[in-house]
Amino acid sequence: MARALDLRGRGDGADRAFRGLAVGAATVVLVVLGLIAATMTRRALPVLEHMGPGFFTSTRWSPADEEFGALPFVWGTLYTAAIAIVIAVPVSLGVALFITQLAPQRLKRPLVYLVDLLAVVPSVVFGLWGILVLSPHLGRSFLTAGIILAIMIIPIITSLSREVIETTPQPEKEAAYGLGATRWEMILASVWPHSKGGLVGAVMLGLGRAMGETIAAALVIGSALGQITVDPLAPGNSMPAVIANEWGEADELHKSALIALAVLLFIITIIVNLVASSIVRRSMARTAGRRT
Amino acid sequence: MVATPASPASPASPASSKAPVTARPLHAAPVPVARPSAADMLSVAEPVFEIADLEVYYGKFRAVRNVNMTIRKHQITAFIGPSGCGKTTVLRCMNRMNDLVAGARVGGTLRYHGVDLYDPQVSATEVRRRIGMVFQKPNPFPKSIYDNVAYGPRLSGIRDRAKLDEIVETSLRAAALWDEVKDRLRDSALGMSGGQQQRLCIARTVAVEPEVVLMDEPCSALDPIATARIEELMRELVSRFTIVIVTHNMQQAARVSDTTAFFTAELDPSADRRCGLLVEFGATSKLFSNPQDERTENYITGRFG
Ligand SMILES: Nc1ncnc2c1ncn2[C@@H]1O[C@H](COP(=O)(O)OP(=O)(O)OP(=O)(O)O)[C@@H](O)[C@H]1O
Ligand SMILES: [Mg+2]
Repeated sequence: MARALDLRGRGDGADRAFRGLAVGAATVVLVVLGLIAATMTRRALPVLEHMGPGFFTSTRWSPADEEFGALPFVWGTLYTAAIAIVIAVPVSLGVALFITQLAPQRLKRPLVYLVDLLAVVPSVVFGLWGILVLSPHLGRSFLTAGIILAIMIIPIITSLSREVIETTPQPEKEAAYGLGATRWEMILASVWPHSKGGLVGAVMLGLGRAMGETIAAALVIGSALGQITVDPLAPGNSMPAVIANEWGEADELHKSALIALAVLLFIITIIVNLVASSIVRRSMARTAGRRT
Repeated sequence: MVATPASPASPASPASSKAPVTARPLHAAPVPVARPSAADMLSVAEPVFEIADLEVYYGKFRAVRNVNMTIRKHQITAFIGPSGCGKTTVLRCMNRMNDLVAGARVGGTLRYHGVDLYDPQVSATEVRRRIGMVFQKPNPFPKSIYDNVAYGPRLSGIRDRAKLDEIVETSLRAAALWDEVKDRLRDSALGMSGGQQQRLCIARTVAVEPEVVLMDEPCSALDPIATARIEELMRELVSRFTIVIVTHNMQQAARVSDTTAFFTAELDPSADRRCGLLVEFGATSKLFSNPQDERTENYITGRFG
């Protein structure tokens, strides 16, 4: 008697288990994230009821008078992050290009290692170094904070850029070299069109990191309240820094205001990261499409 | 002028190069394709490359050795031989493209119009401007058709719009591409077919007015019609340039080339790995009809092994 044809795959059970595990892990992350967002938003509600839209538009932050305007800290966060980006981008791209295009083979690995090492230095070390070395000259100011943040995001931007740049296919480089291009001309003609999307993504990730950095910024930004100025040497404050500095002696409404700041920062960084990853994805899709 | 040293591995080359200027070429055997004018040039044309005892290493591995040949002006020279015998390697040394490979080293001499290409004074960039290259896989820039062709001229500092327009048109005409693309010069080159892309790469190379064009299996990704167009193109271009082409297609070598170099790979006793070497170099008609070396004969008759 012939048995019925058995087409059930032997690996199906394991495959289902694996999928369950993966979906489960992803769900846990989403649930935790959702719980954080829910708790934080709930705790932020009192100050939003108290201030109304003024929380987002007022420039005055005075806990003693129960005045909580977030704008100066939003400004401080964006301004220091912008200074950091302006400094970090050229340095990071320069280092990444040096490592990928110029450095002799035996220098490459130590350089990569060094840059990665810079990425794991605790931020408090950078903050203290800023106080000791930069503050005597620049005071505690937007500029000092911007420089410290720049140093902190240089390794991130450098190693992402390096990876992006290294994916430029050799034939595309040889197209330029074959026509007598110098190294720099080759970079403009072949590396840049190939990597620009990925580089923008790398910079955006650095930006997200700079905006969220707490302790180093808190140490060197100056903790001045209510400063909205473009003077880079003025002391200021940023969202994460003010939370770290004021949480200890805050009463209930004040705490609620600080939590609301955290939620706002969370939203801003999520937007930056979403934009970054969509840019990266788009550029990858374009590159992949081109190879076929 | 440096004479190519006679080498036991290239018995055919000195025969033709030593012929007196007025002598008729030494074709005893039938010529596969009648091209009297080019064949007449064989022994008299000015040498462009004089390669003597060339060997190339990748790190410690010697990829090819014993290369001796003289490549002459306005001729098509074909490199043939089994995979891995070093054809690409030798070709890429001829415009210093192998500089881009970490660990690649060159021994022997490679003279271009009498100048040692690997002299420390010589700039690889300058060499590549004069000695253009067309690659196996078409590699246009992700730019418009126009900008692809104008890229080289712009590098050499040509900014004048009218002048660039003219160069683009003549180069695309030379590559037999003008009529197909003249209405869409602003479109991306990546939207073209493979055969069109390869002809665009030829146009791009031609646009910088090189003296030599090196081609590494330029037709390997193309259909027979596109291949025929490119072969035709080579015959046209050779009146302006000197062409060296690597090909796996022996009919192609026989059809288009004036001179052929046959390479093979043999076990290198010192390294226990196969190392390429030049076996025979000479007039295409002669090499195919009356090979001097048994290995050449086995290869061209399909008894390779
Ligand atoms: N970049 C490289 N690094 C190390 N070894 C290499 C490199 N390029 C080529 N080789 C080696 O050198 C030898 C010759 O290679 P080459 O590409 O010149 O052969 P080829 O004759 O062009 O072969 P094919 O007909 O398959 O294109 C091979 O053994 C190859 O493995
Ligand atoms: Mg090859």
